Amino acid sequence: MSWLRRHAVRIVGLLVMAYILLPNLVVLAYSFNKPKGRLNITWQEFSLDAWLNPCNSPGICSSVGLSLKIGIIASLTATVLGTLVAFALGRHRFRGRAGTNVLIFMPMATPEVVMGSSLLTLFIALGVGTGQTTILIAHIMFCLSFVVVTVKARIASLDPRLEEAAADLYASPAQAFRRVTLPLVAPGIAAGALLAFSLSFDDYIITNFNASPSSVTFPMYIWGAAQRGVPVQVNVIGSVLFLAAVAFVGIGQLLASGRQRARA
Amino acid sequence: MSDAAVAVPPPRRRVRRNWVPYALLAPGLLWLVVFFVVPTVSLVSQSLQTGDVFNGYTLTWNVQTYVDALGTYWPQLLRSLVYAGLATVFTLLLGYPLAWFIAHRSGRLKNVLLVLVIAPFFTSFLIRTLAWQTILGNGGLLETTMGALHLTWLLHGFESFLGLVNLGTGNQLLYTPFAVVAGLTYNFLPFMVLPLYANIERLDLRLVEAASDLYATPASAFRRVIWPLSLPGVVAGTLLTFIPATGDYINSVLLGSTQTVMIGQVIDSQFLRVLNYPLAAALSVALMALIITFVTVYVRRAGTEELV
Repeated sequence: MSWLRRHAVRIVGLLVMAYILLPNLVVLAYSFNKPKGRLNITWQEFSLDAWLNPCNSPGICSSVGLSLKIGIIASLTATVLGTLVAFALGRHRFRGRAGTNVLIFMPMATPEVVMGSSLLTLFIALGVGTGQTTILIAHIMFCLSFVVVTVKARIASLDPRLEEAAADLYASPAQAFRRVTLPLVAPGIAAGALLAFSLSFDDYIITNFNASPSSVTFPMYIWGAAQRGVPVQVNVIGSVLFLAAVAFVGIGQLLASGRQRARA
Repeated sequence: MSDAAVAVPPPRRRVRRNWVPYALLAPGLLWLVVFFVVPTVSLVSQSLQTGDVFNGYTLTWNVQTYVDALGTYWPQLLRSLVYAGLATVFTLLLGYPLAWFIAHRSGRLKNVLLVLVIAPFFTSFLIRTLAWQTILGNGGLLETTMGALHLTWLLHGFESFLGLVNLGTGNQLLYTPFAVVAGLTYNFLPFMVLPLYANIERLDLRLVEAASDLYATPASAFRRVIWPLSLPGVVAGTLLTFIPATGDYINSVLLGSTQTVMIGQVIDSQFLRVLNYPLAAALSVALMALIITFVTVYVRRAGTEELV
């Protein structure tokens, strides 16, 4: 009983971790399934077919391609715009600062269905047809705030004495920014860009409001497939995304902790 | 989120060229004004218009749309708030121990666990929700596993319990309110864990020791010391969970039934299938207004009664 009490936090923590990871493991396991018919819900037999031919289901790889394209353009644009805003908020006092903070916060506090539908009413009112461009506009809009918040947090945690030290060593403001501030903020910018990309790549609700039948992103493809049975290839792509994310974030964490240890 | 994280040290030197911040802000803010503020105005305007898709719309300040919309769809609206509220409570109950575990009890595993909490962000929300169909379905993974462990009676007992508390039908888990709330809880858990973790990690554990030196039991040390200090994280996490969960309909479509329709589903189909734009816009505006009211009241209460 006392053992249980002493380890309660650990046990509950590990159980919740299992809850978080279980669906990912199921997706991975069922990517090796060979389903009878279209439904990949019950286990039939082990097969590598889907892994060897990930594009074998019509439309799947072009939807992944479109999502990648939109994700890259949207996250790059949102990162540039958001980083500029973050520097303005983190490094300057100016009139309208509080209002700007509210405006940045609002898109994060608005449900996706409201944002998607309000953009759609604008496009309808303007008579603009929906498609790739409107998806991009929407994605840049909702990624922007997340980039600002991520980069701003990094700027806030910087020691202002570092820039002062650079100035004392005769660096011009431009040199101090380029050689001292920017490298220190860079991890925040990278994190913001990564977050923006994953938000864009994964979004269904806003995209669905602002897409056309010819612009099918990967989440829209899955949604459509869910009505008639999801092909195993979807599990393969989901697993690749998961493993790539674990590897990517894992390597980043290792590098960061390695650098910390080297410094200590 | 909270302004504590944003506490910027005021710049030492007064910035002389005052146009610099505005130049930095301009492109980003212009984007938000044109594609967030203007559409919101457009949404409100659309909700007060009359007309149809083919003959166009005119602004007639027709408030009747709101009366009709709320009169017909208040159950879905209410259900969305209840499901999102339940999911928020569950994410807090699950997320708090997890955040505490990662922050203070995981030792060298800390970074690995953080990665595993964040990694699902990068995997598709939809694919993982579909995986719950495989897990919860009749003849699915959960039932098979329980059968193999001779624990089917436990599962059926749980299903009957869900039927008793009106969260299920009594003979299945999938396509019930239970599945929808479990899916929402699952999908929004990282949104709760990350702000909580950021907050709990900075807590000074010596405060707990000090409390117990002053004869506090672990329970009262938690209630009087730890919980008040972690409130900023709790408020941030609950908002980040509750707001998107209220508008979400992926979970209710994939894991629920016609009995679990949430308001996002109604807005989606009125906009994209029925093409009743004023009604759909009115529902969107009503949802937003409800959330703003809820959040304002909640932040006030959390801010005055607990934080002081």
